[in-house]
Amino acid sequence: MSSTATTEERAGGTLRERLSGVISQLAAAGALIVVFVFLSIASPVFLSADNLYNIGVQTSYTAVIAIGVTLVIITAGIDLSVGSVAALSGVVGVVLMAKAGVPVVLAILGGILVGAACGLVNGLLVSVAGLNPFIATLGMLSVARGMVYIPTNAMSVFGVPDSFRLLGQGVIGSIPIPIIVVAVVAVAGYVVLARTKLGRYAYAMGSNREAARLSGIPIRRYLTVVYVISGALAGFGGMIASSQVASGQPNFGIGLELDAIAAAVIGGASLFGGQGTVVGTLIGAFLIALIRNGSVLLDVNIYYQQVIIGVVIWVAVLWDQYRRRRLAVSE
Amino acid sequence: MSSPETKTPVVRFRNVSKEFPGVLAVDSVDLDILPGEIHVVAGENGAGKSTLMKLLSQVERPSGGEVEISGEPVEFHGPRYAQSLGVAMVYQEFALASHLSIAENLFMGREPGRFGFVNRRAESEEARGLLERVGLRTDPDRMVSSLAVAEQQRLEIAKTLAIDAKVVIMDEPTATLAEREIEDLFGVIRDLTSGGIAILYISHRLDEIFRIADRVTVMRDGKIVDTLPVGDLDEDKLVRLMVGRDIENLYPKTEVEIGDVVLRAEGITRANVLKDCSFEVRSGEILGFAGLVGAGRTELARAVFGADRMDSGTVELEGRELNIMNPQDAIEAGIGYLTEDRKSEGLALQLGVDQNITLAHLPTRFGFINLVEERRIARRRRDELNIRTPSIRRSVQVLSGGNQQKVVVAKWLETRARVLFFDEPARGIDVGAKAEMFGLIEDLAKEGRGIVIISSYLPELLNMCDRILVMHEGEVAGLIPRAEFSEERVMALATGIEEAA
Repeated sequence: MSSTATTEERAGGTLRERLSGVISQLAAAGALIVVFVFLSIASPVFLSADNLYNIGVQTSYTAVIAIGVTLVIITAGIDLSVGSVAALSGVVGVVLMAKAGVPVVLAILGGILVGAACGLVNGLLVSVAGLNPFIATLGMLSVARGMVYIPTNAMSVFGVPDSFRLLGQGVIGSIPIPIIVVAVVAVAGYVVLARTKLGRYAYAMGSNREAARLSGIPIRRYLTVVYVISGALAGFGGMIASSQVASGQPNFGIGLELDAIAAAVIGGASLFGGQGTVVGTLIGAFLIALIRNGSVLLDVNIYYQQVIIGVVIWVAVLWDQYRRRRLAVSE
Repeated sequence: MSSPETKTPVVRFRNVSKEFPGVLAVDSVDLDILPGEIHVVAGENGAGKSTLMKLLSQVERPSGGEVEISGEPVEFHGPRYAQSLGVAMVYQEFALASHLSIAENLFMGREPGRFGFVNRRAESEEARGLLERVGLRTDPDRMVSSLAVAEQQRLEIAKTLAIDAKVVIMDEPTATLAEREIEDLFGVIRDLTSGGIAILYISHRLDEIFRIADRVTVMRDGKIVDTLPVGDLDEDKLVRLMVGRDIENLYPKTEVEIGDVVLRAEGITRANVLKDCSFEVRSGEILGFAGLVGAGRTELARAVFGADRMDSGTVELEGRELNIMNPQDAIEAGIGYLTEDRKSEGLALQLGVDQNITLAHLPTRFGFINLVEERRIARRRRDELNIRTPSIRRSVQVLSGGNQQKVVVAKWLETRARVLFFDEPARGIDVGAKAEMFGLIEDLAKEGRGIVIISSYLPELLNMCDRILVMHEGEVAGLIPRAEFSEERVMALATGIEEAA
């Protein structure tokens, strides 16, 4: 038998499975390409270096945060707190470098650490205290926002060193640094999901928590780590955003969690857990960004983009469900 | 049941077929169901039984042919319409709203009352009458969530009475019941038929087919193989019709040399669940856990495995005392537990066959999963256990029950377990797959492992085990060596008639 195994296995599953996997990403990827081509034709500005640079830079923090949220969604959880946590981290990081004189790199790490700490609280509330992830992170959404408002009185914090701008605005050659950052986080996220115990157990816990537990997987530890990663990436996203505006903005990221969740879901992640990929989430994040950008370029009433993005979410998930049902029936 | 041939059939399938993309699930079926008969539809998984029932209850639309009810051809309008014609279905997983009361569930969608208000008193009174008929003597205002499984099933049956069903479809209704509850259920079913209701009864379990059926229809590959009065059948013939070939030996028990004690559990206690339970399993031995549902068999296995916390007691593996706090500790020590419910506790359904096989013991290198090794392991286990799957990367949810069970076994073999607990290993799998599963268990014992089988189906234990430990209300009621096996002896201990020797 093992000799007959295997061209198909090496290629990754049966042809049909492969196709259906490709097609589901294609649906989102196809939409991304269609929108891209359409905008290239419809708007003379769209393909300009400046505009593409802007899209890339503006999407960077959403993409980084959405990758963390994807990891949580794969475990059948949710992280609603990322927007608030990003704001808190961004402000703390800026305060560290602008007011406390901490070196930029350490201050950035400090911001990420604040995010990770918020994630740790989320994770412990979910895995040890047994709170529903929606509730645990809804609480953190409010707590983190309050914590950033209290000391700042909701006022922006200025005075960052110039070198800090590099993170969100710098360029290496002709490639924006924030895009490089997204690429690095995405590759790391991909490796974690595909090649580490953490990633495998995330899928297993999301697919069947009890089976995972009875297979000897230390559920609490891994779930907690997943929320810590999501928090840390939210913190990192917050630092990128702070760098882009060269200040700490207590009002940053209100509603950002919804963009992150939308990106993951458009990219094929299932809120029931067990499904989701980094590539899909990136596609989702950039699709949302293109729709926003295109609406501005084509002078579409700004409120329409909200409607369009909502419809894209519906279509993406309906398509996914339809595809899965068809696959199930044909078995 | 005097000369049933003269009655008009309640249901008549005429050349009915159902085609799914690539599969002919039901193939040109002709079948009459008579009023007042208990008609068992038997066959292996995938034989088309459930699909045929769905065509009757209008969950699925036939691709060809015609269904008649009470002599009238029926059009297809969906499940609600089928209900209005008197076709009721008692699902294996109950379709009850657990936060509502019994009465509210009974009349859901047809609440008595006017102007959108519910007449609660009428509801309760009518409910009481219906409950009486299914032998459920309880307050109709009770919450459904407080009912035991057997009671919930009665409620489902009462629902069929509430809609004046002419034919009631029951899909493996005994799967979750204890022996005594099964006998009661059969009594209720017989009462229903005396009122002229026909029962269409889907079952895997040979013993109950002979206990309950008037006539038996055997399906295979979407076709009806034969329809016979139960008196014209015996177990061998029925299995042959279902499988299409002879099954040589359903329980391939052989003489295995029994060695030293592998696992010793002493004084296992869990408040209100287990009381001072002790047992040991030897290398090469198959020990059975018998008892009524709720006697604590699964709970004992779960406590030893660390799935539930124990209040006191000790577990020794090969002479070494273990401190088991969770399943992880048990697995590391060399204990495996194959859960009763594969889908909700045993498998990560969306993951691949390979990923499920390695779930409890991931091959890693430098902290990363070794994917090459993982595939090698999965292929080896697939060949060794004869897991039939189009690809090792295929998600396990598309596999048959028997093959899913083998994936779970493969997972535990990967952990190098010295002792394996099999909780209802044959539940929900085909006769053919069952024989294969027991052959596999036998092989594992031969390799020197200690095996525990938990089963509610006594013939499995009587045939496969070297000793049977009988539990009663959370305690060990007795331990019977193979030489003294008898069904009566086990039942006497399980029901508490005979005290522990």
